[in-house]
Amino acid sequence: MKRSTLRWPATVALELWLPVLLLALWWFLSARSKSVYFPPLSSILTSFAHDWLNPAGLAKNLLPSLELLGLGFGLAVAGGVIIGVVLGMVPRLEDATRPLLEILRAIPGVALLPIFIVLFGIDVQMKVYLIAFGAFWPVLLNTIDGVRGIEPLLNEVSRVFRFSRVRRLFSIVVPGASPQIFAGARTALAISLIILVVSETVGANGGIGYFLLNAQRSFAINSMWGAIVALGILGYVLNIAFRVIERYALRWHRLQQARLESQP
Amino acid sequence: MTVIGSSGTPRSSAQTESRDIALEARDLGHAYGGREVLAGVDFQVRRGTFACLVGPSGVGKTTLLRCLSGLQSSTSGSVYVGGDIVNAPMPGVALVFQDYSRSLMPWSSVLHNVMLPLRANGISKQIARAKATRALALVGLDDVAGQMYPWQLSGGMQQRVAIARALAYEPSLLLMDEPFASVDAYTRADLEDLMLTLQRELALTVVLVTHDIDEAVYLSDQVIALNGRPAQVADIVEVPLGSARDQVTTKSTAEFAELRARVHGLVRGSRGKSS
Ligand SMILES: Nc1ncnc2c1ncn2[C@@H]1O[C@H](COP(=O)(O)OP(=O)(O)OP(=O)(O)O)[C@@H](O)[C@H]1O
Ligand SMILES: [Mg+2]
Repeated sequence: MKRSTLRWPATVALELWLPVLLLALWWFLSARSKSVYFPPLSSILTSFAHDWLNPAGLAKNLLPSLELLGLGFGLAVAGGVIIGVVLGMVPRLEDATRPLLEILRAIPGVALLPIFIVLFGIDVQMKVYLIAFGAFWPVLLNTIDGVRGIEPLLNEVSRVFRFSRVRRLFSIVVPGASPQIFAGARTALAISLIILVVSETVGANGGIGYFLLNAQRSFAINSMWGAIVALGILGYVLNIAFRVIERYALRWHRLQQARLESQP
Repeated sequence: MTVIGSSGTPRSSAQTESRDIALEARDLGHAYGGREVLAGVDFQVRRGTFACLVGPSGVGKTTLLRCLSGLQSSTSGSVYVGGDIVNAPMPGVALVFQDYSRSLMPWSSVLHNVMLPLRANGISKQIARAKATRALALVGLDDVAGQMYPWQLSGGMQQRVAIARALAYEPSLLLMDEPFASVDAYTRADLEDLMLTLQRELALTVVLVTHDIDEAVYLSDQVIALNGRPAQVADIVEVPLGSARDQVTTKSTAEFAELRARVHGLVRGSRGKSS
C-alpha cells in the first residue's frame, strides 16, 4: 500500500484527474448542444455561479440544507453510538432486540416520508427526524459490532485496576469501537444526503432539494443542472471533511493496520 | 500438603498471624464447565515476601492467578487478600497479564497506557505522568518509547510496558504471569534484579508465575510448585537465600543448586505421576 505514503498534492492529482477529464469532455461535447434538456456546460456554469456563488444564493439554497444535515446526521451519530454502546455492552439486550432492529433497518429511510409527514408535519422537525432515522442504523449496528469486538483482556485490565464504569466507557469502550463507529458514520453521511434532498421536496422554501424541484417545475434547466453540480460538490466536500476528521481520530488505527499489512 | 505454619500450629495462633499474611488460598478449586483445573489449592504468602508459582504448561497457573486477582471467582474454596475475602478485584492489587501485548490499549501512547490506571483511581494528571515516567524508566524505557504506541515496540519492550503499568500503580500485592517470557536473557536478569530490589525496598508482596526454575529459586522466598490434574500444590519450598542476591554468586552456591534440583523434581514429578 504505497498510496497512503504519497504526498498530498499527488493524492489530490490522483483523485481529480478523472472528474477533470469528464468535465472537459462534457464541456466540449455539449458546447454546441441545441437540446433543451442538455444545455452547454458553459451556460450551466453561468447559472451555477448565479445561483450558488454569492452570499444570498448560499444563504437561501445551501444553508437550510446544511442545517438539516447537521442536525439529522448529528442526531443519528449521537443516538447510534449511545444505544449501540448500551446494546454492545449488554449482549442479552442486543439478542432480544436484534430481530426488531434488522426489520427496522431494512426499511429505506425515504419510504417513511409519508408516515413522518403524518407524525411530525412538514417542517424542519420532520426532515431532521427522517434523516436521523435513516442514518441511525449503520451507526448503531457498526457500534454494536465495534463494542463486541473489543479485546476482552482490556475489559479485564479495567477490572483489575478498578476503573469506574464511566472511565471504562470513555477509555476503553468508545476508543475500542471507534474504527467501526467511523465506518458506520461514513455510510450514515451518504444516506443523510439522499434523505435530505428527498425531504426538502416537501414543505420547504429553501435548500438544495427545494431548489432542484423548483428549477425543474419552472423549466429552468440550466439551474437544475447547476443544482446537480452543487450537490456533487457538497457531497465531495463533506466526504473530504469527514476523512480529515477520521484520519486524525483514527491515526493509531491507520498506522497499526499499515504495520500489520507490512509484517503479517 | 505443606502449608506454612501448618506443622501442628493451632488455629488460634494461625489467626493472630493473619496480619502478616498478604495472600491466602484456602482449599481453592476451579472448574471450566465440568472440567476441574484446580482442586484443593492451599497456600499462604507472607506480607513483603516474594513467591513464585511453578508448574508445567497448562497445569492452571494462569487460572490460579486470575482467581487470586479476583477476576475470576473460584468454583470452590476462597481467596483472602490482607485477611479480606476476595470476590472481585481488590484495591492495591495489580496483575501483569501473560498476554501482555493484548493487555495494552493500542489507541493510547505507552505513557498514557501506564498513566491510565492511576488516572482511573483519582490521581492527578501531573502526578500520574511523573509516576508513569518513573516506572517506565525503571524498566528501561525512555521518553521516546513513552510517546510511541505499544504496538510500535518490540515484544520485550511491550512486556516491560505492562510491568511498568503495574509498578506505577504502586500495588501492595503484585501478581505477575510469566512477565519476563519475551525479553532477552540480559534484560531478563536486569528485570529480575529490579523486581528483587523493588520488592525489598517497597516491602511489596509479589506472586510471580514462571516456567524457569532458576528464576523461581533466584527470586523467591518460597517456591510454590503446582502439579497434577486437577492441579494441587505439590510442595512449597522455602528459599533461605537471604535478601542480598546476585545473578552470579547466588546462582553458583551449592544451596542454590540443591534448591533448584528440589523444585525441578517437584515439577517433573507431575509428569511421572500422571502418566
Ligand atoms: N477460559 C477457559 N475455558 C476453558 N478452559 C480453560 C480456559 N482457560 C484455561 N483453560 C484450561 O485450563 C487449563 C489450565 O490453563 P492455564 O492457562 O491456567 O494454564 P497455565 O498453567 O497458565 O499454562 P501456561 O504455562 O501454558 O500459561 C488448560 O488445560 C486450559 O486448556
Ligand atoms: Mg498461563
